[in-house]
Amino acid sequence: MEEQFAKTEIHKPENIVYKKSDLMVDRPLSYCPGCGHGTAHRMLMEVIEEMDISDKTIGVSPVGCSVLAYDFLNIDMLGAAHGRAPALATAIKRMWPNHFVFTYQGDGDLAAIGTAETIHACNRGENITIIFINNGIYGMTGGQMAPTTLPGMRSSTSPYGRDVPTMGHPLKITELIAQLPGVYYVTRQAVHTPNNVRKTKKAIRKAFELQKENKGLCFIEIVSNCNSGWKMTPVQSNKWMEENMFPFYVLGDIKVDGKLIEMTK
Amino acid sequence: MGELKLMKGNEAVAEAAIRAGCDGYFGYPITPQSEVMEYLMAEKPFERTGMVVLQAESEVAAINMLYGGAGTGKMVMTSSSSPGVSLMQEGISYLAGAELPAVIVNIVRGGPGLGTIQPSQADYFQAVKGGGHGDYKMLVLAPASVQEMCDHVKLAFDKAFEYRTPVMILSDGAIGQMMEKVVLFDQIPRRTDEELIKQCPWASNGRPKTRNHNIITSLDLDPAGQERVNLKLQAKYQMMEKNEVLYEEIQCEDADYLLVAFGLSARICQKALDLARAKGIKVGLFRPITLFPFPAIEVSNVGNRVKGILVVEMNAGQMIEDVKLSVGCKVKIEHYGRFGGIIPSPDEVVKALTQKIIGG
Repeated sequence: MEEQFAKTEIHKPENIVYKKSDLMVDRPLSYCPGCGHGTAHRMLMEVIEEMDISDKTIGVSPVGCSVLAYDFLNIDMLGAAHGRAPALATAIKRMWPNHFVFTYQGDGDLAAIGTAETIHACNRGENITIIFINNGIYGMTGGQMAPTTLPGMRSSTSPYGRDVPTMGHPLKITELIAQLPGVYYVTRQAVHTPNNVRKTKKAIRKAFELQKENKGLCFIEIVSNCNSGWKMTPVQSNKWMEENMFPFYVLGDIKVDGKLIEMTK
Repeated sequence: MGELKLMKGNEAVAEAAIRAGCDGYFGYPITPQSEVMEYLMAEKPFERTGMVVLQAESEVAAINMLYGGAGTGKMVMTSSSSPGVSLMQEGISYLAGAELPAVIVNIVRGGPGLGTIQPSQADYFQAVKGGGHGDYKMLVLAPASVQEMCDHVKLAFDKAFEYRTPVMILSDGAIGQMMEKVVLFDQIPRRTDEELIKQCPWASNGRPKTRNHNIITSLDLDPAGQERVNLKLQAKYQMMEKNEVLYEEIQCEDADYLLVAFGLSARICQKALDLARAKGIKVGLFRPITLFPFPAIEVSNVGNRVKGILVVEMNAGQMIEDVKLSVGCKVKIEHYGRFGGIIPSPDEVVKALTQKIIGG
């Protein structure tokens, strides 16, 4: 009885300092414990909730770990074929120009099989927001090499490490996309620390505000961990990400207000 | 009566799309169907009706744009020719799996591979038997004139929404390119957002706070769930077989011999029929208009009254399999086909009928 009383007490509106977005469906996520997807989902839904645009937002989920994103986000969504989310989003936005349209895609989906759709949607300057989760691996299919896998990084299809002469270089597709005139805002963020989470949320909010103004395509890369695929604990994976992913995929704004930010690296 | 015009088949498809109230066309240029998008871009339907026309970066993108638009309840169409439609097969499978209404026009050219840009009917199997992965069908219409190119667009949209299914118009390079007079139906206004939402309560176009979210997907990881999806699709195809069969019988009542042909081949067979009848051979023509659902009972009824059947196709023998399955083995059934973009002449058809069926 005492315990229950305490719970109701806590649940009083005036005592709530933080709760998950009502746009997150109340069901367990399919992601591995420690994965950044859940946090990225939450930031996205918080922005849509705060802007009060859930009735005017249409999302497109990919094929990959986040294939079931539509099960967790309580907004209207379409599940795309592998890599084709930007094509879907293009048509949706063209026919619902006053709606907010976003895609949520992983690195295999966006930067390998969907490269053509990604580049062309960006180049046309579609007024959509692309959220790109880069964890350098194909998580869902069991940890195969991705277009963004780092040189020397091990995966199930590069078991001795990515050998650049035979397997090619990792693709910095975000830098590539930033060059395209149709793209207005490009940033690279992370969700592994409270500070980074705040920055990511700010970036998503900015992208949606810019979409409202029809400024062109906004592209947010979130460098994330894959503790299962990388075969590490969540804590180890975040440390590894900071030490290995961030030097290659440098965090920060890449293009703001349609202008490229001067790169120091 | 509607407006009378002299038009190419491809242009008739484009004009019919505008008039049917289509919301979006997404395509990629390929011979011999490029006039569809050329006509649309020149006509500025975005000014006439508000219809969106977009040139995609590939047929893969185009079919997925269709999926995106259809998933929000919009009336969407694409057109292509054989190699491009091969690229679309993945997307068509997803459209079927997610039960989305869309119209796909295939102005068939000869294959395999890059093949030829000349007309062919060699994509019958691909259109009628599935084409992409998984157990699915499309409703397939086979126009045999520019008039039908126009009328079938309207019909295709109606059926696509009635059954929530992709519908294919399977034409060919000759009908796409040839000019005939066509009576155009009057402009049907595009649906308002309110009408769309009422017609498509399943569509993902923004969740009002009064309902739960709509999800458009072809994925169900639970085998029992995915089996239910398949059973639902199969039930839908059975309904189509029951209710949507279209065909034409020409002089079949007194026929001793039967020609079975669709699309352009049926046009040629009509002339062959006249030539044969002038020689005193009583020939009839059976033309399936829907290739799926195939007019199985109807062709069997006629087919079992005659002494022999010649199936004429611009391919190596594809629809003949459905004719044989329908008619059975009591009647002699032979095939006459030309390939690679060659259109058979009526004389050839009469000769083949004489040699393979009457004399054989």
